[in-house]
Amino acid sequence: MVDLRWLTSLDLVRSESSEEEIEVDARRLPYRTLNERLAELVRQGASRLRVLAVSGQRYLGTNLMAPVRVAIDGVPGNDLGAFMDGPQIEVMGDAQDGCGNTMNSGLIAVHGSVGDIAGHSMRGGTILVRDNAGYRVGIHMKEYGERCPAIVIGGTAQHFLGEYMAGGVILVLGRSLETGDIHPSRYIGTGMHGGVIYLRGKFDERFLGKEVGVAPLDDDDWATVRQYVFAYARYFDEDPEPLLRGSYAKLYPRTRRPYGRLYAY
Amino acid sequence: MVLSYTMPAFVIERDLSRCISCQVCVRQCANDVHVYDIEDDCVHSQDAQCVGCHRCVTLCPTHALSVQRNPLAFRAHANWSDQALRNIYRQAESGGMLLTGMGCDQPYRIYWDHMLLNASQVTNPSIDPMREPMELTTYLGAKPERVAFSDGRVETEVAPQLRLDVPIMFSAMSYGSISFNACESLARASREAGTFYNTGEGGLHPALYQYGANTIAQVASGRFGVHLEYLNAVAALEIKIGQGAKPGIGGHLPGEKVTPDISATRMIPVGTDALSPAPHHDIYSIEDLRQLIYALKEATGYAKPVSVKVAAVHNIAPIASGIVRAGADIVAIDGLRGGTGAAPTQVRNNVGIPIELALAAVDQRLRDEGIRHRASLVVAGSIRSSADVIKAIALGADAVYVATSALVAMGCHLCQNCYTGKCNWGIATQDPYLTKRLNSDLGAQRLTNLLRAWSLEIKEMMGGMGLNAIESLRGHRDHLRGVGLNQVELDTLGIRAAGQ
Repeated sequence: MVDLRWLTSLDLVRSESSEEEIEVDARRLPYRTLNERLAELVRQGASRLRVLAVSGQRYLGTNLMAPVRVAIDGVPGNDLGAFMDGPQIEVMGDAQDGCGNTMNSGLIAVHGSVGDIAGHSMRGGTILVRDNAGYRVGIHMKEYGERCPAIVIGGTAQHFLGEYMAGGVILVLGRSLETGDIHPSRYIGTGMHGGVIYLRGKFDERFLGKEVGVAPLDDDDWATVRQYVFAYARYFDEDPEPLLRGSYAKLYPRTRRPYGRLYAY
Repeated sequence: MVLSYTMPAFVIERDLSRCISCQVCVRQCANDVHVYDIEDDCVHSQDAQCVGCHRCVTLCPTHALSVQRNPLAFRAHANWSDQALRNIYRQAESGGMLLTGMGCDQPYRIYWDHMLLNASQVTNPSIDPMREPMELTTYLGAKPERVAFSDGRVETEVAPQLRLDVPIMFSAMSYGSISFNACESLARASREAGTFYNTGEGGLHPALYQYGANTIAQVASGRFGVHLEYLNAVAALEIKIGQGAKPGIGGHLPGEKVTPDISATRMIPVGTDALSPAPHHDIYSIEDLRQLIYALKEATGYAKPVSVKVAAVHNIAPIASGIVRAGADIVAIDGLRGGTGAAPTQVRNNVGIPIELALAAVDQRLRDEGIRHRASLVVAGSIRSSADVIKAIALGADAVYVATSALVAMGCHLCQNCYTGKCNWGIATQDPYLTKRLNSDLGAQRLTNLLRAWSLEIKEMMGGMGLNAIESLRGHRDHLRGVGLNQVELDTLGIRAAGQ
């Protein structure tokens, strides 16, 4: 049983709602039609949707603007949850590029892997990825006020993880690493000037951006990591305890003003 | 202090017979040029800090001050200009990139000034705009391939359009690059004049949501302040790919300018650098651009036109064609002389092409490909007068964007020091002591006056050409003739030489 004490954010609690789940068959529907249909159902008061046979339709969740729960069977197209504000999306498969692009709040849990630029410029909400992620994950993520976006990746991410990162949390659990492997991502945190990346498993400091510092986790870091590990475990039915073991490192920006001495004035 | 080899760019002359030591100049100058000497009861001026903005000169109650260019500043000649020498001294001292504000100030040919308009004589009589209605109304957005009717009603579904009472909009200037009062002046004037202003990429201040019906909201690479409420509060959206003053490069708002209010609008913490990377991380192709255009359409229920703004660069015609094919409703093109709040000087002065040539090339290309109707064309990059507007429309633009002209209307004196945040005219600054100098009621009034004046002049010139609707002028290059242009320039502009 997951310890709910660590799930401080409501987004991270997978509610076992008793409300009726409405099924929508996405077969042969263009994305515009499908998204309009989902938005109409939400306007009519639906709070749980299941979209069946999704096959590459883009922008799912973008226009819903309510804390509705959406389960997606199949493979959603690019920009899943772009600009999303509120919905909790669970993908029963892989997601493609631009998942959670410029997302404001809500949650995307992917029972599989995601493509490139997951969480691009997101400023709120959470993305949980059971397996692996593509290139430039969390690029230019930012935080503001109460909003602190987070991306949790169960396996590994490709190059330029956390590029230009300005805020938020990225946690990479490295479950797909074999003993002795190092994280495959290169240029990690290039241009980073805010936020924090936690890596579990070995990595080579040569592959970090020059703006990135490395530190052991302190108590606050562990509290953050626990919160997201528990959320991950809860969504993907894993035991959190083994995930909290292993070597963790904190990557942080050495400066918040990387462009301080560029100009002649 | 290390000796600086630069010399003052300006000389301040104070007529002591007129100066009453009232210290208005001392209080007005954010660059601390004027200093009151309490012992001698007189005001001294330090030329070196002067940026030539003329705030003190304008406000001096006894007209005791004058500011001139320093006539013997450097041993300059035709190759090594005053500015070239000054730049090297400054870079040798600082080791940094040169920054500047406003548009390119180099003497490249201004094609507007080499094109002349036609007028009716004897045949095709001219129209008197004082007596007859003149139509300036312009609709921006994709137009249908053909219009179908049924029972006398239009059956064709028309894409969302922006209705402009004058074919002039205020181009993107973010809250951050200019003050809140300046933004509010633009918003109010837009509502008053029936046109639109553009938020730039700094988000939308909550107090300006009320002007949403006259607002174009920008989505740029930094995605600052971009969320569903913002996207849905406005009349149209604009994806900013590039800017005429700095094509191909990103930018940043330095942390010291991210005040609590700007932090709330951009949705980033106070005091952090706001970086706008050069490319959008989700756009590497026309297909990717299409993806973002439709993401915005999905986010706003297909109810608003989506514009894509690019800088005028060498291959602008095929680029614009790609943008139209990507599904943009409006293509906005910003030329070499387009303004900025801050850009590296060398980029501003050396990258991009003049808007006149870009406009002519794009309009022709879209016509040749049979897709001109699929998007409206808005041009920017130094539209300085109603004559520039009318020439742009005759060359093929649907409407123009103005920014520098709007700033000048609000008081800007073109000192080009916007990036310092010390604008004495209260425009390009966030210092509350300075921003209160621009009253948004007066700012809006001056902008409204400018648009009214230009509209009158446009109508007058249209009437002279025998036209009573701006639609009839659009792309009508026969109304233009070139003077002092070579054949390649004439061919690119698609116009004949004067006398032909």
